[in-house]
Amino acid sequence: MRGKTLLTALAAGAALGVFGLAGPAPAAETIKLGSYLSVTGPASFLGAPEKKVLEHYVEQFNKAGGVAGRKIELIIYDDGGAPDKATSFAKRLIENDKVDLIVGGSTTATTMAAVPLVEAAGVPFLNLAGAVIAVEPAKKWVFKTPHTDRMAAEKVFADMKKRGITRIAMISENAGFGKSGHDQSLLVMANYGIQLVADETYAPRDPDVTAQLTKIKNTAGVQAVFNWSFGQSPAIVAKNYRQLGITLPLYMSHGVSSKEFITLAGAAAEGIRLPAAGIVVADQLPATDIQKNVAMDFKKTYEGKYKEEVSSFGGHAYDALMIALAAIQRANSIDKGKVRDEIEKTKGYVGTGGTVNMSPTDHMGLDLTSFHMVDVKNGNFVLNN
Amino acid sequence: MFRNERMIGLAVLAVIIAILPQFLPNNYYYDVAIQAGFNAIVCVGLNLLIGYAGQISLGHAGFFGLGAYASAILCTRYGWPPILALLAGALVVGVLAFVLARPILKLKGHYLAMATLGIGIIISIVLNTEAQITGGPDGISAGPFSIGGYTIKTEQTWYWVVGGTLLVAIWLANNLVDSPVGRALRAVNGSEVGAEVVGVDTARYKVLVFVVSAVFASVAGSLFAHYLPQITPAKADFFKSIEFVTMVVFGGMASTFGSLVGAVFLSALPQVLTVFEDYEAMILGAIMMGTMIFMPRGLVPTLGSLLVRRRG
Repeated sequence: MRGKTLLTALAAGAALGVFGLAGPAPAAETIKLGSYLSVTGPASFLGAPEKKVLEHYVEQFNKAGGVAGRKIELIIYDDGGAPDKATSFAKRLIENDKVDLIVGGSTTATTMAAVPLVEAAGVPFLNLAGAVIAVEPAKKWVFKTPHTDRMAAEKVFADMKKRGITRIAMISENAGFGKSGHDQSLLVMANYGIQLVADETYAPRDPDVTAQLTKIKNTAGVQAVFNWSFGQSPAIVAKNYRQLGITLPLYMSHGVSSKEFITLAGAAAEGIRLPAAGIVVADQLPATDIQKNVAMDFKKTYEGKYKEEVSSFGGHAYDALMIALAAIQRANSIDKGKVRDEIEKTKGYVGTGGTVNMSPTDHMGLDLTSFHMVDVKNGNFVLNN
Repeated sequence: MFRNERMIGLAVLAVIIAILPQFLPNNYYYDVAIQAGFNAIVCVGLNLLIGYAGQISLGHAGFFGLGAYASAILCTRYGWPPILALLAGALVVGVLAFVLARPILKLKGHYLAMATLGIGIIISIVLNTEAQITGGPDGISAGPFSIGGYTIKTEQTWYWVVGGTLLVAIWLANNLVDSPVGRALRAVNGSEVGAEVVGVDTARYKVLVFVVSAVFASVAGSLFAHYLPQITPAKADFFKSIEFVTMVVFGGMASTFGSLVGAVFLSALPQVLTVFEDYEAMILGAIMMGTMIFMPRGLVPTLGSLLVRRRG
């Protein structure tokens, strides 16, 4: 019996030692590009294309001899959409893999989970989060490529104003991207002379929002409805909206600007209007559009390689990678401080999201012209500027 | 006799915890060790319930989450000192577990599992929806843990705090197992009717151990909330409960060190398996299935008796 307990304790010790054995890899002259993305889980429609984009383009760069004479070593972890896992993996990238920069953070929640770490460690961090809090106030080491929720709200309200809509209802997810979008909308709607007459929320995994929509339907004077969410829930909103026979114009955010949304919502998606990056309607852009070539090129590459329709989310990863590598090229160094400074100096970069002009106070650098209003028609996004 | 061996086991564990930092090259490894430690504290408590008393709980993440949120809410919204918030959380969870235990533990088998499952889910729903108080699905920050003007900042310090708490938890659990209460519990596990016949107040002991294991989870949750920058309701949901039960069963039921190994192993394994990238989940599943098929009693009891037999 005595021996058994001792052995038990030893077995415990052996198990404890497991993760002590794998030591850190030796430093090399390569560019160590770290990434953590929500490849699986509820946000996989963001993380999965982002991962494919990073893998493909890093491979292409390496085949062509690398950047500034250096090969790129790409390390990607899957956080499954969980902020605490994102914290762990960000720690792992910074402390253990000793990466030179990080391109990652598929959602606002997973991005914000890593922000304190990258700020403390001083690692350039290009994130793919939608919400404006990722770059406002500007944090020294944090940059982002997707349009902010505030810009989406402004674009939508401008469109409403054009159509003479002044009284609207909002139905928003009460977490992360949806909540932030909702709050940003409240901040800017007055600038467009728009008044909120009904304000409903729901939880990200709610299977039905009929109750909230019924309330909106019964509110007098509503001229349009604006939904803030991403993932599964906008499809549920769209379906319930049609089931209740509401005929008011339905607006959504750029969080649904992927083909998967139309597939999920089916016929219920018809007629929904939303702001989207040029990439979503690349082939419909006029030839004079500055984004046309970049967007078409990216679309062809992605669709040729992976045999699936391109989304704006993969585009965010593409833009982040290009901005990062261009900064390394200009800095001709992988010194974290120098690379950070060069990222901040990014000017006139034309990507899938639009033209990027960063500054010390603007760590995203996109303006409203890079957004396009699109309608869902016959199962496709149709440009409607 | 049992007592001495368990004390030796505890001493060996203390030595392991003391020398482990020599093998932790950076904060990331500390992070894994700390997370494993938190899980281990919960599992040591849960094992008292599952392994010794033979009662299943699929809602322990709920208690873990309640402890975490009690700390986060009391510290950030009401400015309580962290240690008081931790104790208050433990008290609330203890009382809640006590009130719930009587009706719940009358149930058996699947019905008991369902009832605890229900509690866990209710707690998780409340944390998700009462957004004005809990911060909703985005979670809430508990701030750093400070006591008497000293603030825990680095991973290294957290490691010692968690390691120390784990040792205390195991010491308490061992004491409970070796006491008359422990004997009574094992009797309940063996045969509840039999235990009643020889005069064991089975209901009382089941309630006691349920409360103790809930308080373990609550304390671990409170510390965990301070360790993470942000605590979210995902830490209190059904899947987290399943994770805890899996750790206990995987490591070996009715073995305190088994729970410890199960917790450490299953906390560290996903990190080790990231090298397999896309096959990660598959390999994790295969390891779990293999262990359950070939070592139905769990990792530690099976390996332990195997080694003893070989040596003997």
